[in-house]
Amino acid sequence: MLTTDVVTALSRLVTEVEPPGLLPAREQMALSLGWHIVLACFGVAFPAMIFVMHLRGIRRDDPVALGLARRWAKVSAVLFAIGAVSGTVLSFEMGLLWPGLMGTYGDVLGLPFAFEGLAFFLEAIFLGIYLYGWGRMPGRRHVLMVLPMAITGIIGAYCVLAVNAWMNVPTGFRLVDGEVTDVQPWAVLFNRHAFLQFAHMWVGAYMLTGFSVAGVYAVGMLRGRRDAHHRLGFLVPFVFASIAAVTQPFVGHVLGFGLDERQPAKLAAFELAETTESPSPLRLGGILVDGEVKGSIDIPYLGSLIAMNSPDKPVPGLDAIPEEDHPPVNLTHLAFQTMIGIGTLLAAAVVWFWFQRRRGRDLLERRWFLRFAAAAGPLAVIALEAGWIATEVGRQPWIVYDVLRTTDAVGDYTAALWWLLGISTVVYTAMTVGAVVVLRSMARRWRAGDADLPSPYAPAVTAGEGA
Amino acid sequence: MSLELAVAAALFVGVIAYAVLGGADFGSGFFDLTAGSSRRGAELRTLVDHSIGPVWEANHVWLIYVLVIWWTGFPESFAAAMSTLVLPLLLALLGIVLRGASFAFRKYAATLAQARLFGIVFATSSIITPFFLGTVAGGIASGRVPLDGAGDHWSSWLNPTSLFGGVIAVGTCAFLAGTFLVADARRSGQDRLADELRVRALGVGAVTGAIVFAALVPIDHDAPTLAAGLEGRAAPLVVLAGLAGLATMALLWTRRYAVARITAVLAVAAVVSGWGVGQYPWLLVDEVSIVDAAGATATLQGLLVAVGLAVVVVVPPLAYLFRLTQSEAWSRPDH
Repeated sequence: MLTTDVVTALSRLVTEVEPPGLLPAREQMALSLGWHIVLACFGVAFPAMIFVMHLRGIRRDDPVALGLARRWAKVSAVLFAIGAVSGTVLSFEMGLLWPGLMGTYGDVLGLPFAFEGLAFFLEAIFLGIYLYGWGRMPGRRHVLMVLPMAITGIIGAYCVLAVNAWMNVPTGFRLVDGEVTDVQPWAVLFNRHAFLQFAHMWVGAYMLTGFSVAGVYAVGMLRGRRDAHHRLGFLVPFVFASIAAVTQPFVGHVLGFGLDERQPAKLAAFELAETTESPSPLRLGGILVDGEVKGSIDIPYLGSLIAMNSPDKPVPGLDAIPEEDHPPVNLTHLAFQTMIGIGTLLAAAVVWFWFQRRRGRDLLERRWFLRFAAAAGPLAVIALEAGWIATEVGRQPWIVYDVLRTTDAVGDYTAALWWLLGISTVVYTAMTVGAVVVLRSMARRWRAGDADLPSPYAPAVTAGEGA
Repeated sequence: MSLELAVAAALFVGVIAYAVLGGADFGSGFFDLTAGSSRRGAELRTLVDHSIGPVWEANHVWLIYVLVIWWTGFPESFAAAMSTLVLPLLLALLGIVLRGASFAFRKYAATLAQARLFGIVFATSSIITPFFLGTVAGGIASGRVPLDGAGDHWSSWLNPTSLFGGVIAVGTCAFLAGTFLVADARRSGQDRLADELRVRALGVGAVTGAIVFAALVPIDHDAPTLAAGLEGRAAPLVVLAGLAGLATMALLWTRRYAVARITAVLAVAAVVSGWGVGQYPWLLVDEVSIVDAAGATATLQGLLVAVGLAVVVVVPPLAYLFRLTQSEAWSRPDH
């Protein structure tokens, strides 16, 4: 009896507090952002790798490197196309799902997006020039056409991260009687938190792309294809990924400085700190059930050391924060530690690889290492997704921290919004399947010796017409 | 010119650029869809591929440009339009996603069966996307988007102005694509294909022109504010659209394809500008004016800086890309 009463009371509370469109809108955003972010990483990091490979091909007159660069360019044509359209989805969704954010704060947060759009413009232009420039431009000029893409990737990523940093640490406006005044868009673009968030994401993009591309060639080597093509195809992206993986723990650590003051609830959720303990332990795993931490492995002192840079300064606990300002603690905590765990593993693995290499041992001869290298790409994807889940879920219930609650930002939708999520899931699944089928078939034809991949628009007789 | 108006003008330049450049890309889907069987249509489909392949992503960015300037410069009206016109916008978005993805997939499809599947998705979505974007324009132009965003989810885009807007969008896209593709076919020496396309472009032009001017009748009742503007301030643009359209037809008829592209662009730009000038000074017709809809002054200034920067850093490489695609080396088939 009591339980039924509690359930009805709770559900009434939930329906009162939460608009019916909130949860589907959140899931919709999570799906489309989570999908796009992987391709955005390729957009940011792949051009630099193609540039290095292409440059090597020209400088050393190396046909293997040139062949790789050319194939990667074709792959990027597919990836960047679906990246462009899935990015467009986000532009629409900002307004469709979160009119309360865009209508009130559009002119506060918009300027970075304008510069991001500019960067994307240049990226799309030079992509077109580079992709179709093969064999149609002098080589030395052609290779330079990749370079703007690597640079616009940096600018674009910075701008988007500036907006996200602003959502975490809002600045550049004042609220007077609920009205937004004194808007300073440049203060948003150059907010003091933007650079570190950008650095964290930028390095993450190089990890994801580097490990993913290298992993493709690791799989090839596992299947016995151990030629110069596979070694070079592995090593160039792996070098990028290695530098990024070793740098990332430091960048992430510096980014965390002062989180106890910026967003104490997020830090408490990261660290699973239900109460304020001095010194705080580092809690590995574990979940919060009815306000009690269960199943975690606690390492004394380490929580204070890592999160607070102090032997005894405590991580502020959730009990000091009003209940209605708590984020979903368990998801935030587990996602955060997934990111940290995988990041640490990848950093250790690349250090081990290069250390062994210096000692004259090539781990590429070891099948277990190749298997690990093949898994490193998906692992980096999981780490990146987990990191975004941790920071976004950890900011809840706020969409703009301490300024605008997510409930107040969402559009006036009914539960019918779940249909949109259903349709989107189908479309994104189809798009994923399409990309995988096409990319695998490209690889298969390349292995079979077909270099150009002519368009198969007609039965065999005329198919060669365009070649 | 006031600050608000300058930003609105920059926004509208983006709308025109998207209608012309993005429109020509979308329109090629019409010719792709109607190219006939695999054997018969292979040459045309390869031409479509070659023609829009290097430029479609850059042309697509104009849409992002429009959205970003809109939500940054005129945030409340953006949120209102997004809330009221959620259905056609989602349908257009679906078309954008399917069209971009399947175009890229088709180019590298392994088999004819796959290429067919992706090709149908590409071509169909290329037609439905401009239709729904056209209905959105019609909804705004006929004063069906209230500033509080609580407009009717259905009648805001299922009305005479919107439906004509949608059909006109599809028609102008196909007309542009037709003239562009004819010129591309001629340049790459495919004269038989050029002749075939010429006839179809003439047909599309005649139908579209008729619809554009027929639409003035229902718009008169359905969107009086816009109609008043079209008959008043924007009348020269309406005349220009008619003249440029006729000139394009004449040039296509006499096989002067390179010049026909210019008049076709002029005609479509005049139609779109006619809408913009016609509904001035409203941003959301009968609901909020450009000046009243504008966001913070500092942000508008920042936007103009961004637009100025775009003119300096984006326009030259864009011109370079377009020049390359028209060059002899780029007119050769793919490698």
